[in-house]
Amino acid sequence: MAFDRRSLLKGMAGASAAAVASASPVKAARERKTVPEDARGMLYDTTLCIGCKACVRACKEANNLPADTSTPGMENFDAPTDLNEYTKNIIKLYREGDRRSYVKRQCMQCVDPACVGACMIGAFRKEKYGVITWDKDRCIGCRYCQMACPFNIPKFEWSSINPDIVKCEYCRQREGDKQWEPACCEVCPREAVIAGTYEELLTEARRRLETYPDRYEPKIYGEKDLGGTQVLYLSHVPFEKLGFEFDSEEPVPELQQTIQHGVYQGFIAPAALYAMLGVVMWRNRKKSGLPEEGGEA
Amino acid sequence: MSSQAQPLGGPALGKVSKWILWLGIVGVVLILWRFGVGLGRSTGLNDGYPWGLWIAFDVVTGTALGCGGFAMALLVYIFNKGKYHPLVRPAILTSALGYSLAGLAIAIDVGKPWFIWRIPLGGFPDMGKYNWNSALLEVALCVMAYVIVLWIELSPAFFEKWKDSPKEGLANFSKKAYGIVNKLLIWIIALGVLLPTMHQSSLGSLMLLSGPRLHGLWNTPLLPLLFLMSCIVMGYAVVVMEAALSSRFFGRPSHKTMLADIGKVAAYISWAYLVIRFVELALRGRLGLMFQFNVYSLMFWIEIVCFAVPAVMLMSAQKRQDLGHLFRAAMLLIVAGTLYRFDTYLVAFMPGENFSYFPTVPEMFVTIGIVAIEILLYVALVTVFPILAGRPTTAEAH
Ligand code: SF4
Ligand code: SF4
Ligand code: SF4
Repeated sequence: MAFDRRSLLKGMAGASAAAVASASPVKAARERKTVPEDARGMLYDTTLCIGCKACVRACKEANNLPADTSTPGMENFDAPTDLNEYTKNIIKLYREGDRRSYVKRQCMQCVDPACVGACMIGAFRKEKYGVITWDKDRCIGCRYCQMACPFNIPKFEWSSINPDIVKCEYCRQREGDKQWEPACCEVCPREAVIAGTYEELLTEARRRLETYPDRYEPKIYGEKDLGGTQVLYLSHVPFEKLGFEFDSEEPVPELQQTIQHGVYQGFIAPAALYAMLGVVMWRNRKKSGLPEEGGEA
Repeated sequence: MSSQAQPLGGPALGKVSKWILWLGIVGVVLILWRFGVGLGRSTGLNDGYPWGLWIAFDVVTGTALGCGGFAMALLVYIFNKGKYHPLVRPAILTSALGYSLAGLAIAIDVGKPWFIWRIPLGGFPDMGKYNWNSALLEVALCVMAYVIVLWIELSPAFFEKWKDSPKEGLANFSKKAYGIVNKLLIWIIALGVLLPTMHQSSLGSLMLLSGPRLHGLWNTPLLPLLFLMSCIVMGYAVVVMEAALSSRFFGRPSHKTMLADIGKVAAYISWAYLVIRFVELALRGRLGLMFQFNVYSLMFWIEIVCFAVPAVMLMSAQKRQDLGHLFRAAMLLIVAGTLYRFDTYLVAFMPGENFSYFPTVPEMFVTIGIVAIEILLYVALVTVFPILAGRPTTAEAH
């Protein structure tokens, strides 16, 4: 049987049919998520932060995290240089000429979180108050959440032989407390970071922007960025200088889930493909009189 | 045309060099060590680059190299090209080994492999909570299922051998199982096409979640399609490489005409892949990124050249008849597909300037060790079981 062009094309068309279907984004399959009604969050204001790191210390205490003595030359201090397996909250300094600013980094409690989209059996979930929680019993340690989070927040216990993911969960262990407030917000002497309901915080951020327009960059980071976050930022330096480099309002999981949903909607496409494959082979075998042939496939 | 496959015969590991054996042993020792000290000390991985060599090569590239079985099943059964049969069984074996060892690599790479069984259950004790949004879940389930499918596809090779076994129980069982597998074979092969179509494309969609941090030359909604096409190309290339090598080392017939045809299909798909890639970049106004003369554009061009050169090489019907020529083209295609995967998973991933990753020496030796184990098992299995086709002929040997 000659291997002519027509049959080749036919073959390729068939082979890629499923793939093409999988690749043509079936838009509108996925609605934009909105901030949950009971959402709580934080508002951090660079103009108020004095870099005292009281919040870093309070976070460690509240979460029973060990000191990070791994920074060279700082072995006698708890001196993390970034978020890591011992650190869920950090204050960083941005400096350029005389312009300087502190910035606090912790989980942003995304409205449409990439980490939740990534995790196979749901160790990451968006729970009450819109807080993103991590469940030890559902984690395999695959680190896809780290690959996915655009803010580089989930950290992995690299030094452990039974490693967990370490990430700010908005002090959810304190949820039962009467005045539930994350430790970092509670201790801040300047109220540079405050906690509250999302609505309160957004209103407050808008008020500050309006009252002191020349003090801030004209933007509340997190209001819309990457689909929105429940932690909001006000800054006197451009946000990209503070490490918020993505200028997009599209939630990270949107494209991937649109494609995924398009293809796997109700599992119809795979089932149809499977049936088609089986039938084609069954007919081929009959037509060509191929003997039943064990193992030759 | 019943099975013409024959075992090579001789002692199972008589045909492998001691070196490969040693590399395999070193790999196993290092794997044990990795579990003793944790991932931080044994690998170059960090919070910026949580996935490294083991994922990019052993898992993502390894399974693509294991697509020979998928690609051949497509050709032989679905497109009714009965004449490729002799190449199918070895292709299935490579796939079965490639996927099984990719599974091993995953178990080495994840932090808590002892909980992997929770994935198919959807968690435990709180069961059935799958996150169907997760492309990784789909990959994980498909790969688990496909490993089983591949070994079933290969099982007739074992039954053929065992049915003449002097042990009566084994012989009877083999005869019965052989019959059952034969009856179900169409549906198993259909699974053998469906599952790789699903998870190989999902290996592409997976990286869409890193979208904001993925370089524009690789970040495209067509990632799933491009991953699927390139894995089929790699599958064919592996079939060609394997046939050329076993004709050289084991004196088995090389099936030159068939290989030439396979080469032709690989070339067509490569061209389609290249066209799609460039058109997509053009449509999204990203052609400029190719000419920025940085590490990204450089890697991009190396990748493209590695696809284009063999695609050109394989267009000449006359040259396709030359086994050496075919072999060289296939090797280039393998490099091309491998680079594409490394670039998408490592090079194009941009977690920020504070982070860098380079695999540690033990990390590399684990990868080398896994490849060595794969070669050992391949040789052992073709020596003992009827997998490679035909009687040894010297006429066609390379
Ligand atoms: S910041 Fe990262 S870890 Fe936190 S919710 Fe968003 S995606 Fe998840
Ligand atoms: S490392 Fe754990 S939490 Fe992160 S995606 Fe994997 S299973 Fe989920
Ligand atoms: S909310 Fe709690 S865990 Fe998160 S940064 Fe603040 S103190 Fe740390």
